[in-house]
Amino acid sequence: MYGEEPLFGLLNRIGTPVEGHRPWPRYRLGRDGWLRLIEGLAGNGWSLLGLWGEPKAVHAAFREDFSGDIAAVSLDCPQGRFPSLSAVRPAANRLERAAHDLYGLVAERTTDPRPWLDHDAWGVRRPLSEQPAAPVPNPGPYTFLPVEGDGLHQIPVGPVHAGIIEPGHFRFTANGETVVRLEERLGYVHRGVEGLMQGRPVAEAAKLAARISGDATVAHSLAFARAVEAALGVEVPARAVWLRALMAELERIANHLGDIGAICNDAAFAFMLAQTSQLRERVLRTADACFGHRLMMDRVIPGGVATDLPERGAGLLLELVAELRKRFPPLVAIYDGKASLQDRTVATGFVSAELVTRFGAGGHVGRASGRDQDARRSPGYAPYDELSFEVPVLTEGDVNARVWVRIREVEQSLSLIEQIVARLPAISRGLDHPSVPLEAGRGGEGMALVESFRGEILTWVRLEGEGTVARCHPRDPSWFQWPLLEAAIGGNIVADFPLCNKSFNCSYAGHDL
Amino acid sequence: MLKHILTSLTGGPVTETAPAPADPALAELAGKLDKAAKARLGRSLSIREVDAGSCNGCELEIHALNNPIYDLERFGIRFVASPRHADVLLVTGPVARNMREALVRSWDATPGPKWLVACGDCAVSGGLFAGGYACVGPVEEVLPVDLRIPGCPPRPADLLAGLLALLETSAAK
Ligand code: SF4
Repeated sequence: MYGEEPLFGLLNRIGTPVEGHRPWPRYRLGRDGWLRLIEGLAGNGWSLLGLWGEPKAVHAAFREDFSGDIAAVSLDCPQGRFPSLSAVRPAANRLERAAHDLYGLVAERTTDPRPWLDHDAWGVRRPLSEQPAAPVPNPGPYTFLPVEGDGLHQIPVGPVHAGIIEPGHFRFTANGETVVRLEERLGYVHRGVEGLMQGRPVAEAAKLAARISGDATVAHSLAFARAVEAALGVEVPARAVWLRALMAELERIANHLGDIGAICNDAAFAFMLAQTSQLRERVLRTADACFGHRLMMDRVIPGGVATDLPERGAGLLLELVAELRKRFPPLVAIYDGKASLQDRTVATGFVSAELVTRFGAGGHVGRASGRDQDARRSPGYAPYDELSFEVPVLTEGDVNARVWVRIREVEQSLSLIEQIVARLPAISRGLDHPSVPLEAGRGGEGMALVESFRGEILTWVRLEGEGTVARCHPRDPSWFQWPLLEAAIGGNIVADFPLCNKSFNCSYAGHDL
Repeated sequence: MLKHILTSLTGGPVTETAPAPADPALAELAGKLDKAAKARLGRSLSIREVDAGSCNGCELEIHALNNPIYDLERFGIRFVASPRHADVLLVTGPVARNMREALVRSWDATPGPKWLVACGDCAVSGGLFAGGYACVGPVEEVLPVDLRIPGCPPRPADLLAGLLALLETSAAK
């Protein structure tokens, strides 16, 4: 049903464009317009890119996947209420619950009104609204969805899990060994990132952006930087653009290597983890030698990058590529040839193409189920338009497919690093590192879509004239992947949960914010 | 596969020489461990990691300790699945208020003698998150801290040095 009606066709009829929103337009809608949008969403394939609140307004962003058109929409809600999108876009539900918990905005006719990030532990309700309220005196327990049936039992797990991983609660309902339903409860690592960013100078907010999710620190920093640069209309030096891509690809490789090993480890094949974790260490050390930080935290900053590649950097990177090209393929062959591994990963944790499309899930989760989407290509950003790479897409939708998408992405990233190193533009004389200063005195609104190793990050920002952040909403890819994990585990045995979970590797911190 | 295993067997260790136990950490700890505890622990430590609001950066580096290069287990230090099996709680994050109760319960479930290590700037000082509505701040505002390992995130070598200091001190006669 793609392209039944152009996104902009509808938005131009029902809304008015807002000045100074870059690079894609933002439309202000009235309540009627918002209802028309909901009608339009029901019949069209537009993907939800995000939904976020402000004290008296709600915003959402969409992409028409077919044409690649992107737009944000806003509704003023002086009464703090807005019609919910959750019936037509189920992925909107948790975002609406979050907007309620932080801003007190009520989504009317929502499919699920329960709190989400607010666990009654903050000492305040609606902390980011104009009038935060006192906490509830004796909060009741969180209500999990009811499950009824013969022979069903529940297994509550978390928030503290058995491994070295982030906290979250999983409520399994099982019949014998088979999972009938999984319900997630998240929000345990809510640190109030959006609130902390408000009123801070851009440079400080960038440090918070770098700590939204430590494993995607480069990608989140890049999304924040690009949104800020869009808002201010700033052009960053060419060398910075290329160095950013270099860091992003190193981050992608490091994470995929770690995850591929961890998935095999959960299938009782520890050998693989021992091998891939050595390769991962190799990548992190190269990153450290090239950029002065193993995870490259705070290296991408609004205006450019914070460090330049040292002289021996190019050589180190090419050595790394050569070594991975030698050591990775034999491991892939082992993965592919081990019946005991394939037995656990093939046909496990299936997610249908229909579901990933409905939720607009990206990254390896979407691409393993046939959703051919990658922000590096569409909407695309520099320097990827000048680089040649493929976006691997599979259709099996199981753990194995997610592993293979990651394997192929590692191979692509190695080639990207090679291309980047070969074509890295020179730095202008007299500069320590390529970046431009951001002038104060200009506010504006900007949005960016950046592909992290996990999928698409959307960051929206509004800047005040004095160079501080008025509002920033970074939407981690995990928001649209977590709900699918609930679906993936259904019908599998409890013991396969770690495998499914690891093959997704959704972020807790990035989601909880 | 076979070739890989043979190479691994004949190729020699990939591990690196351990860093010296961190000196300030040693001094900090020396006073805290009584003889009975030392006798009981010997030269091994079981660690339970608790993420109390980390960005996950600290966890990635803690994971690295288990890779064959740092190979934490060769020192008798290992990560365990439950606080009930642990001597040490290794805590990361600025203690998100939503995690406070789970952290306290994990500590209560850890049998004595026990130590608490605050790992990373967030756990040590609250980091960038201190002062917000959603975080308590440094771990020591919630539980008594025996050892602090700063860094954002601490490098595996720093983590290793800190944990070795804990081990040395606990084993010293
Ligand atoms: S110390 Fe740094 S790496 Fe560790 S949790 Fe805090 S922000 Fe993340």
